[in-house]
Amino acid sequence: MRSALRSQYFWGVVALVLLVGVNVVKDPSFVQITINDGNLYGSLIDILRASAPVLMIATGMTLVIATGGIDLSVGAVMCVAGAVSMEFLANVSDPGSLTSVLSALGLALGLSLVLGMVNGFFVSVLGLQPFITTLIMMLAGRGIAKVITAGQNTTATSAPFRWISNGYVLGFPVAFLIALVVVAALALVVRRTALGLMIESVGINPKASRMAGIRPRNILFTVYAVSGLLAGMAGVFTTANVMTVEVAKTGMNMELDAILAVVIGGTSLAGGKFSLGGSVIGALLIVTLDKTITFLSIPSAATPAFKAVVIVIICLLQSERVRALFTHRRPRPPAPPAQNPTQTLEEVVA
Amino acid sequence: MSTTLDVERPTRSPRLRPRLNLAALPTVAAVVILAIMLVYGELAYGKIFQLNTLSNLFISNSYLIILAVGLTFVILAGGIDLSVGAVVAFASVSGVMLVNAGVPSVLAMVAMIAIGAVFGLMSGVLVQYFDVQPFIATLAMMFLARGLASILSTAPERLADDSGFRTLSDEIKLIDGPKLNDLVITPNVVIALLVAGAGFVLLHRTRFGRTVYAIGGSEQSATLMGLPVARTKVWIYVVSGTCAGLAAVVYTSKLGIAQNITGTGWELDAIAATVIGGTLLTGGAGYVLGSVVGALVLGLMNVLITRDGSIPAEATTIITGVVLLAFVILQRAVTHARRRT
Repeated sequence: MRSALRSQYFWGVVALVLLVGVNVVKDPSFVQITINDGNLYGSLIDILRASAPVLMIATGMTLVIATGGIDLSVGAVMCVAGAVSMEFLANVSDPGSLTSVLSALGLALGLSLVLGMVNGFFVSVLGLQPFITTLIMMLAGRGIAKVITAGQNTTATSAPFRWISNGYVLGFPVAFLIALVVVAALALVVRRTALGLMIESVGINPKASRMAGIRPRNILFTVYAVSGLLAGMAGVFTTANVMTVEVAKTGMNMELDAILAVVIGGTSLAGGKFSLGGSVIGALLIVTLDKTITFLSIPSAATPAFKAVVIVIICLLQSERVRALFTHRRPRPPAPPAQNPTQTLEEVVA
Repeated sequence: MSTTLDVERPTRSPRLRPRLNLAALPTVAAVVILAIMLVYGELAYGKIFQLNTLSNLFISNSYLIILAVGLTFVILAGGIDLSVGAVVAFASVSGVMLVNAGVPSVLAMVAMIAIGAVFGLMSGVLVQYFDVQPFIATLAMMFLARGLASILSTAPERLADDSGFRTLSDEIKLIDGPKLNDLVITPNVVIALLVAGAGFVLLHRTRFGRTVYAIGGSEQSATLMGLPVARTKVWIYVVSGTCAGLAAVVYTSKLGIAQNITGTGWELDAIAATVIGGTLLTGGAGYVLGSVVGALVLGLMNVLITRDGSIPAEATTIITGVVLLAFVILQRAVTHARRRT
């Protein structure tokens, strides 16, 4: 029991169960899953489908935050990926063919990878601060999306592309399955090789990890590139769902969702440790929260404010001052972990 | 870090002058760029060196000057404030709604400035007392302010044309030139210049200002010197938030409309103005008047883009981003050069 309590995502799971409980009290049909043509339908399945984009960006953001950085550009990259795929499908002669869809997918993912690599280059090679680099990309990226579609909201029709988000395989939404496979593959790569440890060591102290033979430059470049690529996939999921890209809205405030998922999952914003499983729980929690808000017919305008308050509360819980309030009777741990982050941050900045 | 400083000190002190020049280099660069842009604009498109063009430059960028001055305090101390644009949105929407509900304009303005100050205070307390990283704390405030603005209203809120609020944008002719070529200012411009002046005095002539620079140079040293680091760090965010509230007053009086999406991307503009003006993003060096120059560079850039007409308006944020990036890289190069000497 104690180990379950201490697990990084225990509270996330509790919150998830509570949220579902609230919905069930309002309307018991919330948990009802019907089978139609061998495919599952229901609110819970909708949540799984809608969680695909959040899962993607939350995973990328987890790795970036673990290195002590941040990627504020994920929402804008989503918009760019959506814009380029929609624009391509709207102008190609046979948008329904598999080649067109694969090219659109390739273009979207390729461009997002490039944007992520640009972020990675500025952060790792030139040593610029992550938040300023990705803030520029966040605002310039939306500009790029607007240039791609000439400021218009582009719509396209392509059944196979739409399938990426709305289709079913083995009764489950394709988008969720793809997201799950990607996250699982990534989790295997970072946890079954030394990559995860290297990412964490860069997050704790880049200088020391370089002394230890790790190349922080390559690690940093990789995590930003991966984050860009995953954001591109998230953009494909989001636009394929409605087959429209709204340059001012697609991916808007998604960086908030990603950061929120990451901190709910127990990854420290100061870097140095991460939990992909926690971020998955965090992503599911956020999507359930969005769903609950619409389900209880609360005006959705309030959502960002509410999420911001949750982030502030989690940051407060992570801070030494608040922790000391709760733990002042127990003996202090030998090395207070939160002392390092400020130091690492200074070093990254310097 | 502190040890390397100690080792380098003997070789460094005799070279005090070149170091100071290096610190001022970005600001000098900003002034030069402003001059080049003015001359280029005059040669390429004409009608730049005109009283009305220059008046308009100040009139339409007074809000940006105020934001940039506020942000200079934060960045000088090594922090960042990403919430300014969203705070402007929330303050504007609440201000206009207050006026439309019958509250006197002056009270509404005070309320708007107070809203800004409260958001700044919240950021400052989070950063200083709860060890939240500045960009996370202010990012949370950004979403909070934007969300609250959206709760208030998602439709444009209009001020009546004869509302007392709008007197701040009444044009006053200083020089009555031929045709429409007048030197015009508005109370808004006066407010912006007063804010810049107050910022200058506060940073360069008071203990508070010296403490801000000291914190940016090295927070640890500032603490060891016995400077009131904690208090000052909270105050700088309050200054920045208050400036955001004031910018909301200025912008709303000029436009007469407030909306929940007002000020999207202004944090980038304000950071760009500050950084172009020569304030180091890592803190410790910079000038408040440089930020004013930076704001004018951005404003002039918009004028030139509009005059040129061949660049799509959508690309403006890309250009601002690239310019900001160029200056951040320039700063990296300068700080590297400083460390080598």
